[in-house]
Amino acid sequence: MTLINIKINGREMQVEEGTTILQAAKKIGIEIPTLCYMNLHDLGIEHNPGGCRICVVEVSGRRNLAPACVTKVIEGMDIKTHTMRVLNARKTVLELILSDHPFECLTCAKNGTCDLQRLAQELGVREIHFEGEQSTYKEDFSPSIIRDMDKCIMCRRCETMCNKVQTCGVLSGINRGFEAVVAPAFEQDLIKSPCTFCGQCVAVCPTGALTEVDHTNKIIRALSDPTKTVIVQTAPAVRVALGEEFGYPAGTSVTGKMAAALRRIGFAKVFDTDFAADLTIMEEGTELLGRLTKFLEGDKNVKLPLLTSCCPGWVNFFEYQFPEMKDIPSSAKSPQQMFGAIAKTYMAEKMGIKREDLVVVSVMPCVAKKFEAQREEFAVNGNPDVDYSITTRELALLIKQSLGDIKDLPDEDFDKLMGESTGAAVIFGTTGGVIEAACRTAYEVYTKKKLDKVEFTQLRGFEGVRSAVVDFDGLKLNIGIAHGLGNARKLLECIKRGECEFHAIEIMACPGGCIGGGGQPLHHGNSEILKARAAALYKEDAEKPIRKSHENLEIIQLYKDFLGQPMSEKAHHLLHTEYFDKKKKIYIE
Amino acid sequence: MSSIQIKIKEKDCQKIKEICESFNNDPGELINVLHKTQEYFGYLPAEIQEVIAENLNVPVAKVYGVVTFYSFFTMTPKGQYPISLCTGTACYVRGAEKVLDELKKELKINVGDATPDGKFSLSCLRCVGACGLAPVVMVGDKTYGRVAPEDVKKILEEFNS
Repeated sequence: MTLINIKINGREMQVEEGTTILQAAKKIGIEIPTLCYMNLHDLGIEHNPGGCRICVVEVSGRRNLAPACVTKVIEGMDIKTHTMRVLNARKTVLELILSDHPFECLTCAKNGTCDLQRLAQELGVREIHFEGEQSTYKEDFSPSIIRDMDKCIMCRRCETMCNKVQTCGVLSGINRGFEAVVAPAFEQDLIKSPCTFCGQCVAVCPTGALTEVDHTNKIIRALSDPTKTVIVQTAPAVRVALGEEFGYPAGTSVTGKMAAALRRIGFAKVFDTDFAADLTIMEEGTELLGRLTKFLEGDKNVKLPLLTSCCPGWVNFFEYQFPEMKDIPSSAKSPQQMFGAIAKTYMAEKMGIKREDLVVVSVMPCVAKKFEAQREEFAVNGNPDVDYSITTRELALLIKQSLGDIKDLPDEDFDKLMGESTGAAVIFGTTGGVIEAACRTAYEVYTKKKLDKVEFTQLRGFEGVRSAVVDFDGLKLNIGIAHGLGNARKLLECIKRGECEFHAIEIMACPGGCIGGGGQPLHHGNSEILKARAAALYKEDAEKPIRKSHENLEIIQLYKDFLGQPMSEKAHHLLHTEYFDKKKKIYIE
Repeated sequence: MSSIQIKIKEKDCQKIKEICESFNNDPGELINVLHKTQEYFGYLPAEIQEVIAENLNVPVAKVYGVVTFYSFFTMTPKGQYPISLCTGTACYVRGAEKVLDELKKELKINVGDATPDGKFSLSCLRCVGACGLAPVVMVGDKTYGRVAPEDVKKILEEFNS
């Protein structure tokens, strides 16, 4: 390690060779403003195209200003980060960017969370001195994501997420100069591309160019319709992130206040997707044990490893990219869809409501859930099992519109029938959680013994691809875990080559799992926020009186009254699905 | 829930495969592959880009990104009579732009496009080395010098008969 002597604003310091000016300045507490730059520490992804020129600084002996994010320090470098020349240049650069940006801030979905807006405020831009042509581009409405490229500033963060992190290869910079835009191949709409709707592009977009489809108005309309009974389910990762939208520090669990808020907004029943997560474990765990038993009996046709199927982004990913492996994932529907299917049958029956009069809303950390909810196979005669899926951010908006804040609300419980959940379900929201939950149940069912310690800590962590061995009383199970679709690809290719032997694999499309979902409050690349959210989930798990899915009393009741056994014919009909080959086909004429 | 289908002729598919193989299917050779492919087919329509993407194992969005970035690559086929107008310095100062406007008006197409009947296509190039004849228009391999806007109609008529 070579140390280099530099001077920043007259202050002498030593930094490691290879450090950029941006990083060096940060070490002494100077935050140089950036716009296109993005650093996702734990993913090892640093996006620094050096394109926006907001981070320019003055370097002695250098004629022009240097972009701090890509300029590495050299011995004796004398840097000035906020001279008049620098501040004026930054302002000019920003004004030029703004001269081709629609002034729709007050009505923009990103109003208040936009990096461009914040920067204009921080740099003190009060007037745009440039007037010129405005680029216009067609809007693209998919079931999950809206692309409004008029608001794009060509930072190309989305491209990095789509190509390098998620390896979906949907978004690419096309054309050149003023005509340049980020778009799918042949400028087709997202729905015609292999987009998984994971929403990681939305999560990193600094402006309103990429946003989720907003369903809050549809929900308000449904809530005010006296003929409809509107019920809601909330995913595990939502409760540990929603608080951030109301000023709570990251990692604050606001489960009770969230339930209270939903009840006050007017939902007839406030239920928990965690209930359905426990149900997922019953079905998926049984499926895993079924396949394992056959495998151990020497059945050569059995498909192993079993891959989890809770994550709709991941399901889209293998349908497009690995359709030849579509028999491997569990046929179990995701918790969101299991909830919908049970709500519109079992619960509707118990409450005496007709299917058409019941509106099921889900609150998810995810934008792909919107796509999942409108899949044809998850509807009965055109009536979807889940009517509207909204993100954590949309829920925050709904609360702000209706109640203002959650701070003064009491802690309330979920409603009975589909509201009880175990600690196993809570940890679904973080990478490694689903497979840990499955292990808790599968272990006890397989060995017929009680677990002394329910935690499988070897499955926890943040590494992109992990593997661990779980001992089922002598039967050693190889478990694989991947989060982020690029990591999922690595595991799938390893399986395809026959190099790794796993019995079960958990895959989550988003880095960190659902806590880092595309519908969560923006974390701006700060992985400490993700870790705090994960810790909050593990804490909630530890505090739960029941921590294994098969001990959930409402689940036991559901099987007794309605479904019979896990994987029964009725369970199969309502709780399992099939996957489709959506890979682009080249036909020879 | 059906997947998107792309149709292509077998011999075309085979030719693209050969070109990609001649560059060892190396994704880093994308530009060279596109060059060779355009040399053979005359243009790079969507289905050809799809097959290139498949062979080189790169996203088709990336292929499309490269095709649209470099003005040399084109997605529209050349007409039976490709028209090239020189917009080099000499031709430009002697009124090439007015000739171009007239060509666009007569053909009802923009630079880079072809007429719907496939007869003419229009492109601009820089200096054909006949500056003394500026402004210069080439139709196929036939060269016209000192072209004035009012000559355009007559030139096109030669090929319309």
